Amino acid sequence: MPTVSVKRDLLFQALGRTYTNEEFDELCFEFGLELDEITSEKEIISKEQGSVKAAGASDVVLYKIDVPANRYDLLCLEGLVRGLQVFKERIKPPVYKRVMPDGKIQKLIITEETAKIRPFAVAAVLQNIKFTKDRYDSFIELQEKLHQNICRKRALVAIGTHDLDTLSGPFTYTAKRPSDIKFKPLNKTKEYTACELMNIYKTDNHLKQYLHIIENKPLYPVIYDSNGVVLSMPPIINGDHSRITVNTRNVFIECTGTDFTKAKIVLDIIVTMFSEYCEKQFTVEAAEVVFPNGKSYTFPELAYRKEIVRADLINKKVGIRETPENLAKLLTRMYLKSEVIGDGNQIEIEIPPTRADIIHACDIVEDAAIAYGYNNIQMTLPKTYTIANQCSQEDIADKLGVDISATKAVHISNPKTAEFQVARTTLLPGLLKTIAANRKMPLPLKLFEISDIVIKDSNTDVGAKNYRHLCAVYYNKNPGFEIIHGLLDRIMQLLDVPPGEDKAGYVIRASEGPAFFPGRCAEIFAGGQSIGKLGVLHPDVITKFELTMPCSSLEINIEPFL
Amino acid sequence: MADGPVAELLLRRLEASDGGLDSAELAAELGVEHQAVVGAVKSLQALGEVIEAELRSTKRWELTSEGEEIAREGSHEARVFRSIPPEGLAQSELMRLPSGKVGFSKAMSNKWIRVDKSTADGPRVFRVVDSMEDEVQRRLQMVQRGQAEKLGEKERSELRKRKLLAEVTLKTYWVSKGSAFSTSISKQETELSPEMISSGSWRDRPFKPYNFLAQGVLPDSGHLHPLLKVRSQFRQIFLEMGFTEMPTDNFIESSFWNFDALFQPQQHPARDQHDTFFLRDPAEALQLPMDYVQRVKRTHSQGGYGSQGYKYNWKLDEARKNLLRTHTTSASARVLYRLAQKKPFTPAKYFSIDRVFRNETLDATHLAEFHQIEGVVADHGLTLGHLMGVLREFFTKLGITQLRFKPAYNPYTEPSMEVFSYHPGLKKWVEVGNSGVFRPEMLLPMGLPENVSVIAWGLSLERPTMIKYCINNIRELVGHKVNLQMVYNSPLCRLDAKPRPPPTQEAA
Repeated sequence: MPTVSVKRDLLFQALGRTYTNEEFDELCFEFGLELDEITSEKEIISKEQGSVKAAGASDVVLYKIDVPANRYDLLCLEGLVRGLQVFKERIKPPVYKRVMPDGKIQKLIITEETAKIRPFAVAAVLQNIKFTKDRYDSFIELQEKLHQNICRKRALVAIGTHDLDTLSGPFTYTAKRPSDIKFKPLNKTKEYTACELMNIYKTDNHLKQYLHIIENKPLYPVIYDSNGVVLSMPPIINGDHSRITVNTRNVFIECTGTDFTKAKIVLDIIVTMFSEYCEKQFTVEAAEVVFPNGKSYTFPELAYRKEIVRADLINKKVGIRETPENLAKLLTRMYLKSEVIGDGNQIEIEIPPTRADIIHACDIVEDAAIAYGYNNIQMTLPKTYTIANQCSQEDIADKLGVDISATKAVHISNPKTAEFQVARTTLLPGLLKTIAANRKMPLPLKLFEISDIVIKDSNTDVGAKNYRHLCAVYYNKNPGFEIIHGLLDRIMQLLDVPPGEDKAGYVIRASEGPAFFPGRCAEIFAGGQSIGKLGVLHPDVITKFELTMPCSSLEINIEPFL
Repeated sequence: MADGPVAELLLRRLEASDGGLDSAELAAELGVEHQAVVGAVKSLQALGEVIEAELRSTKRWELTSEGEEIAREGSHEARVFRSIPPEGLAQSELMRLPSGKVGFSKAMSNKWIRVDKSTADGPRVFRVVDSMEDEVQRRLQMVQRGQAEKLGEKERSELRKRKLLAEVTLKTYWVSKGSAFSTSISKQETELSPEMISSGSWRDRPFKPYNFLAQGVLPDSGHLHPLLKVRSQFRQIFLEMGFTEMPTDNFIESSFWNFDALFQPQQHPARDQHDTFFLRDPAEALQLPMDYVQRVKRTHSQGGYGSQGYKYNWKLDEARKNLLRTHTTSASARVLYRLAQKKPFTPAKYFSIDRVFRNETLDATHLAEFHQIEGVVADHGLTLGHLMGVLREFFTKLGITQLRFKPAYNPYTEPSMEVFSYHPGLKKWVEVGNSGVFRPEMLLPMGLPENVSVIAWGLSLERPTMIKYCINNIRELVGHKVNLQMVYNSPLCRLDAKPRPPPTQEAA
């Protein structure tokens, strides 16, 4: 869940009123946000680096607010305020408009070389925007939040924003050999080739996480203006030439990526959020993108989609009885402008470009429920009549007849630790480690575990299967084979399996096993099939687990008895 | 018969006394060690109300062994003075006397003696006065006679500094007659025996009282791990509510069932290497239900069933990737798919409690594996109100009655709600579970009828267990570093029981 950090006073100013922390927490809860932390820059720095470093930092109160992962429209102060104000019916949702420029439309031409690495690009212009320090910071922060979330750390989409007045279109989005790309990147004083940059950024804490996206590719993506000025080398870094500042008036935004849908959503979010500060509020200047096949598209899409949902469907799904008019009002509060149409039971809902998360009627139903207030919904019990069954009594038969000796371990491809490289095939090591961690406990230690192990099995759809095992160990000054043997006898007694060689009985026969002391190991047969082994552990095994006492163990597959 | 002659003597003396006796005085009178009298007092006390004994501690001044020597033989300085004849003594010779060194300097500072360094054969010591009073000896003898109190504070502390005197604390008993006082105490029986029962002798025998403050002998028994105890409580609750247990015996799952079937897009961050353990061997699922896979693919990439879809290039290879399941919802998906194949549709309630795996950063509250508890209800026309109603009943059975619901986002439920309960200890609302209505994009491709809704909720088994058993570090609960003493000591689990109030002053 992304966390957005906003200045409290700035937030209250924009909301047109103040709240106590509790009141604001309550509002968040109702709306599906979470006021995660109340802090300040000073507090954050002093927590991370000590109070000395925090001395000069700002103590302006910051709200850290957790936002649902699909609500990209709430990832900045501007969006949060707009969402809450509409929710509280203090403002009407603004209508976002794409306009054609007075002069020539900005053009971004995609060349076919990009196909192999990052084939999509979209663009737009924010015209006559007025930044302040806070607005500018929020603009940068929103890009960062989008990069971390919907853009999947720039892998799917990367955003570049530029001071249009320093550039001259049309722009070309192409891909070149790294050695052929040379420019002065953001925050550097001289030009580097792409190869040099990739090396420099290996030690850059912020940028190194993105290098893998294009590293080792023959061609790197790059955007030029008509004078050959590099705008950006997505998804890594922008050029220094076109960097935006607080004084920038016209912003050229390009989003490149591997996921066209998400690139369009990201562009829509940025322009809808910040067109608020344009001279013509909530209007965005269009840009034209020409694809390698010659087709040309105009962005941002800023598409408004209409959905029609029946009022009784919403009522039925939520479990409320509201009039269609009321439901339309509730939805409008969720930024979904709605009205009753047709036979009076249908609600037409307009989904704005900011709400890309609405992809199905169920998303609309949820918003109606949120606006109604989850905690106002009458709780009822479903009349679903069922009879409960326990799992362990099911499918006994098909679990019989398994030869566990012919099995293999399942391997993890990205293990976290050396201890966790395979899924366990036996329970014994876990019990021995438990003893090793509890050596201070009085003897004897008698431990058991009944749990699942995993083995490869090509007869299942995924190629592996769980088996329920029972393992027990006895750890004392004497090996206590008779105690472990007695345990087996007792288990069999409880499972109603008599001792004996016949088909229904169980028997143990002298055997060998690398874990066991020679001559002190027996295999257990039940119903004619081997189900496991018991015996005295080999001294080598005991010492390998850093244990010092004799130990006997039993491990059986109990699937046949379930 | 009383235990031993001292106890017997004590009882006789006590009978003769009016009021009581001091154990130390008695020891002195009887000429035995004080410890012997104390032993007698204790054994008589154990008999019940025969005597009463009050512990007293008194401080007393006692001579050290050096002090005793001086009280007997005189102070070092006096001894030096006495050893000097009228014609004087060579200093070197004087120093060889046992009291020489200490006695010389003290006698000098008392101005009893002088040193003449002008004599031919080295310095010689002469008396200055004809006689002297040995104050040190006199004072020590006073202490010996028990008259230490007559000495001034300063005098006592000077003697203590010279390590001649020490203050000792003496613990004595003031013994008086008890309510059942008798001089003829008979030996008490410890336990009832078969012989006593058959002969009836138990009627005439006194029995030694039990010490009810002592610990009993623990029975030889096994101990279940707290997780197992809490788990069986949850199972019980689900079964009481008519939920059928789902088979969850497959830790290994394909990405298809773990993610795609749940309408979780292939670029979702949960499908990252950083969040999920993928398998190297067997790396891919061998079989997938291809008809159903096609419907899932279409829903993801193009939409359908009333959905816009995610509009991306859905890849079968990605769905085939095997992993350690990240939630038991994969098992729920399999069960719901099976339910969808049964015609006509029959309503169902399912639950599971089993292990799941996440590639988490490990800390005191996170492990790479934990247990998930999941409940699912599938029926015609289920509402959000129904979900809340079921949750209320479920949590009431856990002893949690104050609930509220927060809008949330889960990739495969819509609407989604996080469940919060008021924690009286923390005085705030804490999240206790997550819930929602499965998305139509998940249910309809399975083949479930359109008007069937499926509500579901989940929580972890470890968290309530840690709260219930006051465990702060998950590693003490799960895995081989488990503290067996904790397992031995943990009480049985009743989730609906009110937490015990903290002990109050009165109760203590």
